[in-house]
Amino acid sequence: MESKKYLNDLNEIKDLMNRSSRFISLSGLSGIMAGIYAVIGAVVTYIFLLPEPGTVLTLHSWNFRLIIAILLAVASLSIVTAYLLSSKKAKKNQEKIWGPTTKRLLVSFLVPLLTGGIYILIKLSSQHYGLTGSLMLIFYGLALINASKYTLSDVKYLGYAEIVLGLICAALPGYGFWFWVLGFGILHIIYGSLMYFKEVKA
Amino acid sequence: MGLIDNINKIFDHRIRLGIMSILMVNEQVDFNQLKELLNVTDGNLASHTKTLEKADYIIVEKSFIGRKPNTRYYSTKSGKEAFKKHIEALENLIKKQN
Repeated sequence: MESKKYLNDLNEIKDLMNRSSRFISLSGLSGIMAGIYAVIGAVVTYIFLLPEPGTVLTLHSWNFRLIIAILLAVASLSIVTAYLLSSKKAKKNQEKIWGPTTKRLLVSFLVPLLTGGIYILIKLSSQHYGLTGSLMLIFYGLALINASKYTLSDVKYLGYAEIVLGLICAALPGYGFWFWVLGFGILHIIYGSLMYFKEVKA
Repeated sequence: MGLIDNINKIFDHRIRLGIMSILMVNEQVDFNQLKELLNVTDGNLASHTKTLEKADYIIVEKSFIGRKPNTRYYSTKSGKEAFKKHIEALENLIKKQN
């Protein structure tokens, strides 16, 4: 009888610690969607925009610009989807979408991500294309691990996977495109599905 | 000395235990955040924070954001230690009784 009360106390402590410091309504479905957007973007790029074998992609060419546009479209669609689905889930959990936990989550996610983004742009502008895919994966992975302290802690496993993929990608030049598809497409779909099933079960 | 001696009377209340749990993982929280997280009324919350403050487990800092008064809470070192001891006592009690 008594021990039941204490067990309740402990559970409540754990729940409050989580709810007060983490944004737990991150939607798994939005992970799946982000992966699908990335795969669609990659398919379009592969069919229409990749340069003929033997030629190189140059900065300021029309297809380079289109590839950048597709990247931005994939990124913004993913963000909008994540926002919409997570706010729906937050409403259900009676959690606020915009509060101290989400602010901390965003800052800890964006600092490594923007650092990487700017670094990649600097490298691109001096004609260093080679490591773009690898750098994107590595910095994205670091951003996820950093952000996992303020949201579902499972996010860190996705982060580790992205970093490993990014490092392998750096060791195998020429396959950047495929690693990008694997990291931003397939891994997101796998991670999102795992999270989604967890949500459904809970 | 019985096991029950380690149970801290101050934490033997749902709301005070809640306040302390939140302050263990957050550097600081303000009054409204606490109110939302714990689902309590103003008066109720204020009386429990006062108890914790008197025990030197939390520090209260009052300031103004524009014209709105803003009350923020921090946990003290002794508060954190007392909380950890209390948790250990709870865990031991559960282990003993099962």
